[in-house]
Amino acid sequence: MAFEIIVIGTSLGGLSALRVLLGSLPRDFPLAIAVVQHRYKDFNNSLSSFLQQFLSLPIKDVEDKDPIQPGKIYLAPADYHLLVEPGYFSLSIDEPVSFARPSIDVLFESAADTYRDRTVGIVLTGANHDGARGLSSIKTANGLTIVQDPASAESNIMPLAAIAATCVDAILPLAEIAPYLMNRCASVRS
Amino acid sequence: MSTPHPTSHTPRPTPSPDLEEIEIQLLLEGVYRLYGFDFRNYAPSSLKRRVRNLMEAEALSSISALQDRVLHDTSCMERFLLGVTVHVTAMFRDPGFFVRFRNQVVPLLSTYPFIRIWHAGCSTGQEVYSLAILLLEEGLYHRCRIYATDMNERVLQKAKSGIYPLELMQEYTQLYLKAGGKRSFSEYYTAAYDNAAFRASLRENIIFSQHNLATDHSFNEFHVILCRNVLIYFDPVLQKRVHQLFYDSLCPLGILGLGRQETLRLTPYEPHYEELGDRIYRRLH
Ligand SMILES: C[S@@+](CC[C@H](N)C(=O)[O-])C[C@H]1O[C@@H](n2cnc3c(N)ncnc32)[C@H](O)[C@@H]1O
Repeated sequence: MAFEIIVIGTSLGGLSALRVLLGSLPRDFPLAIAVVQHRYKDFNNSLSSFLQQFLSLPIKDVEDKDPIQPGKIYLAPADYHLLVEPGYFSLSIDEPVSFARPSIDVLFESAADTYRDRTVGIVLTGANHDGARGLSSIKTANGLTIVQDPASAESNIMPLAAIAATCVDAILPLAEIAPYLMNRCASVRS
Repeated sequence: MSTPHPTSHTPRPTPSPDLEEIEIQLLLEGVYRLYGFDFRNYAPSSLKRRVRNLMEAEALSSISALQDRVLHDTSCMERFLLGVTVHVTAMFRDPGFFVRFRNQVVPLLSTYPFIRIWHAGCSTGQEVYSLAILLLEEGLYHRCRIYATDMNERVLQKAKSGIYPLELMQEYTQLYLKAGGKRSFSEYYTAAYDNAAFRASLRENIIFSQHNLATDHSFNEFHVILCRNVLIYFDPVLQKRVHQLFYDSLCPLGILGLGRQETLRLTPYEPHYEELGDRIYRRLH
């Protein structure tokens, strides 16, 4: 089975978790990656330039209708929901979902709808329940579901909620997620 | 590796997603043919989200059931119209945009004796009042005519009334100041109970009217067109149509203002504009 997109959701503690996870991916990593990191709505587009220093893959705040390209990291911009469409991203300013905009559930559910079993969903550290429903949609669509080991998470509420909501495929310490992805995604390339 | 007996596949237990897609297409087709509202080229994922929410709000178990109700019951169609489009808006949202407008667009506009502005997708009007306030403070308002349009009558009525919850004013005041506001924001409205009513003089030169970007044509030539956070709900095909409409409706050197994460980059019109910054574009010829 060939994966096409990885969606990642995180909240409290996400900045350092993203640094570790995304920073360990090599320059030739073959999939598109879309990330929701909860943040304050005035926290404009400086997060991507902050993260870029630690990454070998290019990262950008999504502009409406950006094409989904392998080997790039796409960040949901502050105060917009990020949705996956066939081949491109859309943004929306719909009401916040469980107080969050961007919302992890919105990204995950649209990825599951559009890319079905070619989706990989990852829930990282966070202090709320966003992402739990979305991850179970990915599971229902037969995608691959991964959760950061709650014990290794700065805040374990979000990982625990995701684990409670669905029967996830892998629960991994933060440092092992990138190697796991490289393994799973490299094996489908040939 | 092969699958020798495709017929031996057991059918999926969950409703197939393709079925849902078919149902949505039929629903949109029906709405278009019966009511003339065309949602067929909206961005599919965000539209699907709204349609599902609506189905739940109507306590229905399938999109086909929603279609049945929408086509037979005009009050349900009204709820559909309100539910399927997003009306979230604010005053002076993205203050940087208004600062840039003040500093770079106002000087250009001040050379015209009369200024025609089209505000497309104005929703409940907060942005139009923001613009009116800015133009008033810059001494241009009396020379302006602002056409504020939306496809939805309901939200236009709210826009016309200029009455918003008082509790929002604190946030709006902050944004107004960040946007370079020059007076005290409370000068522009009167508080009554839980509401803030904006001064009637602010809408003296605003004409509110219904216009659908998916189906209607141009109705004038403008010096400025603002359309923020509307095109994000369209797919690339409809976006292209609307950009053509805007291009054709702008006078040479006219100004086009988009939302913070919107660009002309993926459209054929990019070479015909220069960007002044903060999503403000100027038509070249
Ligand atoms: C999210 S609001 C944007 C409000 C405001 N411009 C802002 O950015 O704060 C989107 C608006 O676009 C309107 N809209 C959606 N489709 C439209 C169409 N085809 N023609 C005209 N208006 C449309 C909706 O009714 C809604 O009021």
